[in-house]
Amino acid sequence: MKTKTPIYGLMAEYTDPEALLEAARHAYERGYRRMDAYTPLPIHGLAEAMGFTHNRMALLVLIGGLTGGATAVLMMWYSAVINYPLNIGGKPLFSWPAFVPITFELVILFSAFSAVLGMLGLNGLPMPYHPVFNVPSFEMASRNHFFLCIQADDPLFDREETRRFLESLGPKDVSEVEH
Amino acid sequence: MASDALESRGPSDGAPVLAPGHTVASVTDKISELVLVRPYNWRWISGFLLSSMLVTLMLVTIANILFVGVGVWGIRRPVMWGWDIVNFVWWIGIGHAGTLISAVLLLLKQEWRTSINRFAEAMTLFAVACAGLYPLMHMGRPWFFYWLLPYPNTMALWPQWRSPLVWDVFAVSTYGTVSLLFWYVGLIPDLATLRDRATNTFARWVYGALAMGWRGSAIHWHRYRTAYLLLAGLATPLVVSVHSVVSLDFTGGVIPGWHSTIFPPYFVAGAIYSGFAMVMSLAIPLRAAYKLEDFITMHHLENMAKVLLATGLIVTYGYAMEAFFAWYSGSEYEMALMENRLHGPYAHTYWLLILCNCLSVQLLWFGPLRRNVPLLFVLSVVINVGMWLERYVIIVVSLSRDFVPAAWNVYHATFWDYSMYYGTIGFFFFLMFLFIRFLPVISIAEMRELVVERQERAEARESSAQPVS
Repeated sequence: MKTKTPIYGLMAEYTDPEALLEAARHAYERGYRRMDAYTPLPIHGLAEAMGFTHNRMALLVLIGGLTGGATAVLMMWYSAVINYPLNIGGKPLFSWPAFVPITFELVILFSAFSAVLGMLGLNGLPMPYHPVFNVPSFEMASRNHFFLCIQADDPLFDREETRRFLESLGPKDVSEVEH
Repeated sequence: MASDALESRGPSDGAPVLAPGHTVASVTDKISELVLVRPYNWRWISGFLLSSMLVTLMLVTIANILFVGVGVWGIRRPVMWGWDIVNFVWWIGIGHAGTLISAVLLLLKQEWRTSINRFAEAMTLFAVACAGLYPLMHMGRPWFFYWLLPYPNTMALWPQWRSPLVWDVFAVSTYGTVSLLFWYVGLIPDLATLRDRATNTFARWVYGALAMGWRGSAIHWHRYRTAYLLLAGLATPLVVSVHSVVSLDFTGGVIPGWHSTIFPPYFVAGAIYSGFAMVMSLAIPLRAAYKLEDFITMHHLENMAKVLLATGLIVTYGYAMEAFFAWYSGSEYEMALMENRLHGPYAHTYWLLILCNCLSVQLLWFGPLRRNVPLLFVLSVVINVGMWLERYVIIVVSLSRDFVPAAWNVYHATFWDYSMYYGTIGFFFFLMFLFIRFLPVISIAEMRELVVERQERAEARESSAQPVS
C-alpha cells in the first residue's frame, strides 16, 4: 500500500481553455506525470498534452463486436444443426444467409455495450466520491472554468514548489485539494 | 441576391446555427435553467394532464385486451394485421430520425445537428417504447413474450432463425437498447452540469447519482469522445438495418403488394421522412414555448425541410416503382392489387396518401416556404398522417383481398383500435413532457463545444484577415 499523502493535490483554475492547454503542456514538460485536467467540454489535444495519447476503446469495441458475432453464429448453428435439426425439403441445416440479420444485430449490440461499459469502466465510473469536488469553485468545471490538478502522489510534487510553479502559469486561482 | 444569402448560410460560415453573442457560460445557464429554474407553467401542466388522460385510456385498452383478447380489435380474417401493426411500423419509423440525426449527422460533421439531437434521441426512445407495445399486445398472450428469446427451456424449442419476425425481435430490441445507451452516454456530462447547478438537495442527489461522478477529466473526455464516435458508427448501419428488417416482415410473405424487393430502401426512406416530420412537429412548438429560437434557428428548420423534401421524393419514387413492378411483373394478382389500391373500397386512403406524402411536400422546393414556420408545422403533421396511411395501404389493403375472392373481406377498426392508437400518442407525449421538465432538451456539453469552435474559427478568420487590411 502506498502511503497516503497529506493532500490530494494542487488545483489551478483557468477561465480560458487555451491557457489550460498551455499550462498542461508546461507541467508535462516540467516532468509532472500524475495530473489531470477538468473541463466542461472536451478540449482537443488536452489529454495528449498530458501524455495520454491512446485509449483502448477501439480495441475493446472490436473484441465486443467479434464476441457478439461469434455468439450469434454459434447459438444459431447449435440450435439449428445440433440441438433441434429440422429437415425441410432437404435444405441445408446451416442456412447461413438467413442467419446474417441476427448476427449483425448482435455484433452491434455487443459492441455498443462494450463501448459504454468499457468507457465507464476504464474511467472508473461510477465513482460516488472524488477529492476534486472538495475544491469550492470546482462546480464551475461543468460551466465555464478549466482546472489543472497536479496530484500529491507525483514524485516531483512538493507542496510549496508545485504551488509556485502552478502560480507561474497564470491561473485565476490555485487551491489545495483535500482528500 | 437571394442565392447569395443562401450560399452564405453554409455551416462553414456558420451564420445562424447559433444566435450570436452566446458564450460557454450563457448556453450552460440558459439550457440548465429550463430544467432547474423555470417553474411549472400552465402549458406544461395542461399538456401533461391531457397526455396522462390518454395514458389512462391506453392502460384501460391494454387491460381489456388482456382480459378479453385481441378480438376486441377489428382484426378479422383475412386482415389479421390491422391498426396494431400499422401503428407499430408507424412508431418505429418515427423513431428513426433520432438516431439518424445523432449518429449519421455527427459522422458527417453536420454542426446543425447539435441543438436538435438530444430531443430527437428522446423522441426515438419514446417512439420505440410505443412501437414495442403493439407486437407485444398483438401476441395475444403477452406474458409469454419471452418465448421469442433464445433460452434453454423445457419445451426444447428455439426461435425460428430463418423467420423475419424473429429478426425483427432482435432488430427492434437492439435498436431500443443501443438508442438508450447512446442517449444516456450523451446525457452524462449534462447530468453532471445539472448536479453542480441544482439548488435542491434531492435534485442534486438524483442528478449526481445519474451522472455517476462525472468530473470532466481530460482523460475521461478522451475515452468518452472515442466511445461516442464508435457508438455513432455502430448506430448508423443499425438504423438502416432496423427498418429494412421491419420491411422483411412483409417481403418475406407471398401476399401481393408485400413481396417486393424495393421494400427495404423504401421503408428506410419512409422512416427518415416520418421521423424528421415528427422532429419538426416537436421542435416548432418547443422552440416557441421555451424561447429556444437562439439554439433551434431557421437554419435547422430549413435543413430539416430539405431532408423532408429529399426523402419525400424517394418515397414518391417508391410508390411509382411499386405500381411499375405490379404492371411489369405481369402477375394478375399484383395487378389486381394495384387496381384495388387505386379504385377499390380503400381507394380514398391511397389518394389521400399521395396527396399527403407526394404532393404536399413539393411546396418545399421554394425557399420562402421552407422558412415559413407555421407552414412547416402543418406540413410535418400532414406528412405523419401520410406515413400512417402508407402503412395502412400496405398492410390492410393488401391483406383484405388476397388470392381467393371468397376470402375477401373489408376491415374496420373498432373503438379499441382507436383507443390504443390515441393512447400510445398520449404515452409518447407523456414521456416527452417528463423529459422536457427533468432533463436538458439540448445537449449542453455539445453546445459549449459549438461555441468554442465558432470562437476559434472567428479568431482564425480575424487573424487571417488582418494582413490583407
